[in-house]
Amino acid sequence: MSQTRETLITMANQIATFFQSQGAPDLAARDTAQHIKDFWAPRMRRDLLDMIAAGEAQRLSPIASDAMHRLK
Amino acid sequence: MSLITEKDFGTPASVATETVTLTIDGQAVTVPAGASIMRAAGQMGTQIPKLCATDMLDAFGSCRLCLVEIEGRAGTPASCTTPVANGMVVATQTPKLAKLRKGVMELYISDHPLDCLTCAANGDCELQDMAGAVGLREVRYGYQGHNHLNAATDASNPYFTYDPAKCIVCSRCVRACEDVQGTFALTIAGRGFGSRVSPGQSELFLGSECVSCGACVQACPTATLTETKVIEIGQPEHSAITTCAYCGVGCTFKAEMRGEELVRMVPYKDGKANRGHSCVKGRFAWGYATHRERVLEPMIRASTDDPWTVVSWDEAISHTASEFRRIQAKYGKDSVGGITSSRCTNEETFLVQKLIRAAFHNNNVDTCARVCHSPTGYGLKTTFGASAGTQDFDSVEHCDVMLVMGANPTDAHPVFASRMKKRLRQGAKLIVIDPRRIDLVRSAHIRADHHLALKPGTNVAMLDAIAHVIVTEGLVNETYVRERCDLEDFQHWAAFVARPENSPEALEAVTGVAAQSVRAAARLYATGGNAAIYYGLGVTEHSQGSTTVMAIANLAMATGNIGRPGVGVNPLRGQNNVQGACDMGSFPHELSGYRHISDEGARNLFGADWGVTLDADPGLRIPNMLDAAIEGEFKGIYIQGEDILQSDPNTKHVAAGLAAMECVVVQDLFLNETANLAHVFLPGSTFLEKDGTFTNAERRIQRVRRVMSPRNGYADWEVTQMLARALGYPMDYQHPSQIMDEIARLTPSFAGVSYDRLDALGSIQWPCNETAPEGTPLMHMERFVRGLGRFVVTEYVPTDEKVGPRFPLLLTTGRILSQYNVGAQTRRTENAAWHEEDLLEIHPHDAEERGVKSGDWVKLASRAGETALRAKITDRVAPGVVYTTFHHPLTQANVITTDFSDWATNCPEYKVTAVQVSRGNGPVDWQISYAEKASRSRRIEATS
Repeated sequence: MSQTRETLITMANQIATFFQSQGAPDLAARDTAQHIKDFWAPRMRRDLLDMIAAGEAQRLSPIASDAMHRLK
Repeated sequence: MSLITEKDFGTPASVATETVTLTIDGQAVTVPAGASIMRAAGQMGTQIPKLCATDMLDAFGSCRLCLVEIEGRAGTPASCTTPVANGMVVATQTPKLAKLRKGVMELYISDHPLDCLTCAANGDCELQDMAGAVGLREVRYGYQGHNHLNAATDASNPYFTYDPAKCIVCSRCVRACEDVQGTFALTIAGRGFGSRVSPGQSELFLGSECVSCGACVQACPTATLTETKVIEIGQPEHSAITTCAYCGVGCTFKAEMRGEELVRMVPYKDGKANRGHSCVKGRFAWGYATHRERVLEPMIRASTDDPWTVVSWDEAISHTASEFRRIQAKYGKDSVGGITSSRCTNEETFLVQKLIRAAFHNNNVDTCARVCHSPTGYGLKTTFGASAGTQDFDSVEHCDVMLVMGANPTDAHPVFASRMKKRLRQGAKLIVIDPRRIDLVRSAHIRADHHLALKPGTNVAMLDAIAHVIVTEGLVNETYVRERCDLEDFQHWAAFVARPENSPEALEAVTGVAAQSVRAAARLYATGGNAAIYYGLGVTEHSQGSTTVMAIANLAMATGNIGRPGVGVNPLRGQNNVQGACDMGSFPHELSGYRHISDEGARNLFGADWGVTLDADPGLRIPNMLDAAIEGEFKGIYIQGEDILQSDPNTKHVAAGLAAMECVVVQDLFLNETANLAHVFLPGSTFLEKDGTFTNAERRIQRVRRVMSPRNGYADWEVTQMLARALGYPMDYQHPSQIMDEIARLTPSFAGVSYDRLDALGSIQWPCNETAPEGTPLMHMERFVRGLGRFVVTEYVPTDEKVGPRFPLLLTTGRILSQYNVGAQTRRTENAAWHEEDLLEIHPHDAEERGVKSGDWVKLASRAGETALRAKITDRVAPGVVYTTFHHPLTQANVITTDFSDWATNCPEYKVTAVQVSRGNGPVDWQISYAEKASRSRRIEATS
């Protein structure tokens, strides 16, 4: 997996960490998904979803993972 | 056109609301109470002779020229120091006064060289004017006695000359240095006849504490302190009001010209941001505009290994368009994008994002604000509803407590820093939160009440600790919170910060700051009266940059410090038009006026106006573009006025991204570092060569006025327009005012802005619309833009960039007064006299452990890369922290910084990099090889 794609996992986890501190886990996943939808280009979302599908996103936090599933 | 002259009323205006009526020379005049007789006379059009008085300074009463007679009072008091009173009857011109004034002038002139015809100030000399005004016809005393006529001139400063032979010791320069600039670099040395103006302890200007702001030159009524350019060129003959192109303060200047030659930039008293003051950059460092290294013809090349080939504008533009078309045909429409410039005008920035959205048909547009204040946009929009600071600069005059965090105003925003220092000298309290002991902590007549020298990367922990004190000690302004904020959010936040783990004691080990200091600072901020927060990139350029901005907003709301003069949240913007670049829709996710691209109504409004269908998804941000390039999916970029190779983090990663592209277009004044990896170079124009507007840190939209023809042939907006046409998208603006009309048509917060309104009002702070036709100096007065203020929980999350045995020190980066950003402009001026190279500041303990002495070459290494520079040993930085600037390409400080970035915005974490420092022998191999490559890349093929 390339370093640049690995960066997407770090970014998603950072976002999830922030929203986790704001409230309940399902709200955190919802807000993480909305943030990614609002600020990430479709290509970035697609790349991370591809990584998840390929089993290459093990480092993704549960909330970030939940968020990405909402964006499928 | 003629020379714009500003009336000098002699003493500052009184701010009193009550008025006083008096009679001067038989005419009744009503003025504010507290005004001087001199000012009152000036208001009715009577100029009382004066030399030591000027309305930029408080009255001094030393020259004895402004004497008047007052009915019922003995003697001849000075009109500058005598306040008006009801019923006062004043005579400004009587035989007695005429005789006294003539005698005083005779004494001045008896020790002044009579070389008016060859004097640089001929035609612009108050002494000359006053000799005329008092009717001086002879000087009886001759030059036989002691005099100062052979005093040596000090020409050490590159921008102005000090000729003590012409000095009348009026102290205007000394007072300007104290009152206006606040540096206290000048004094009157000696006594009586031996008195003379002296920088420091009889030093030369260049070696003294003088910061070359020019206030002394501005204040001097004779040719004693004169701009070197005026000495070289002569007096200007016409001028135009324009806006400085350096920092986000946005100083207004008179560009004083002879023909198309700029003679000098003189700060404009009516400038709302600078109020007649300036700094060394805006006042003097404009020589880059005519520097020999400026590239004036377009150039192209097939490969970055090739030398440049000079081509016509037509060829350059059609080649660029054809390359972008080719790339999009081959790799898809999303394979190209562009970067707008925070140094260019609003109109130019608007046009570049329009080009990308309407002619590239995607939203891959970003701006250099990405790497500085993007967290400000996110954080303040989330909490307040508007992506901008809340106050105007005048607000500082009502401030009782300043909290300065992650900003170094005396270097990065020097003109506003002078206003801050003035207020501090008047008694306002100061809290500084910064790892470094910035100048504001301890300088002439300024002492911070609290300096919280926290460890880099712990801003959120510090603000949570302060909030903890405010909440648990009952210092919340409950009335304000109840009336203005979302109560549920507040309670959630208050419960969070009140947790024991957020107490100053619990966080002491994290921040490195004693709990008692944090508690004292928190109490001062919450209870000290009007409290304002001023912050800079030390807040935003962190992995928790957006969280920190929201934590700042929380503090301001909890203490009720939003919505009136003297308070507020004030981001000090870095570049001249960072605010404007953000306002103009430069971010990939939003259109001008901060409307999200997914907002169908906004998108359709723009789409209808532009005749295109806009993509509803956000585009790529700068770091995402580079990542995508390395992945092989992003192939072409149009970069206007930005040097990402030098300014963006992790230089090697940026270089890899650019190298992976097939068409990199750089539009700039010089062959900057990014141009080393470019295929097309389009010459840019300076702010002196075009019309437009900049928006400063207080949301103030100000005119930039063309005073000379573009040396490259076109203003930047014209180049973008040519490129759009070549791509098949019609743009037909005849003047930037038409672009502003379009901005106003499409952007609600700019609805009332036009060039006519700007000319009429001087400047306008957005929002400007039907409800605020003259703009909005202070925001969120009655209610927040979003309705109720929103408190956000701000949990401290340590950065992933950790120190360890290999990299035990933390590097933080910043700016220095004399240089600006990547130095492309200031390095090409005489400002190099103050800062020839980047230095590494290191604490004596860390230096001693490593055997490093001041001036030694040291190697600076991080996980991202290494470079070498000279060391400067100083206790400004704490043990464990090192600091450098990023102004010089030889150093390439950003080869050290990493890819870590803010969670919300991808703003890079410049301020925290784990590093090791060791003794070195000179530049490292990478620097040598980079310099060789850069030199090779700048080759230009000889034209036949």
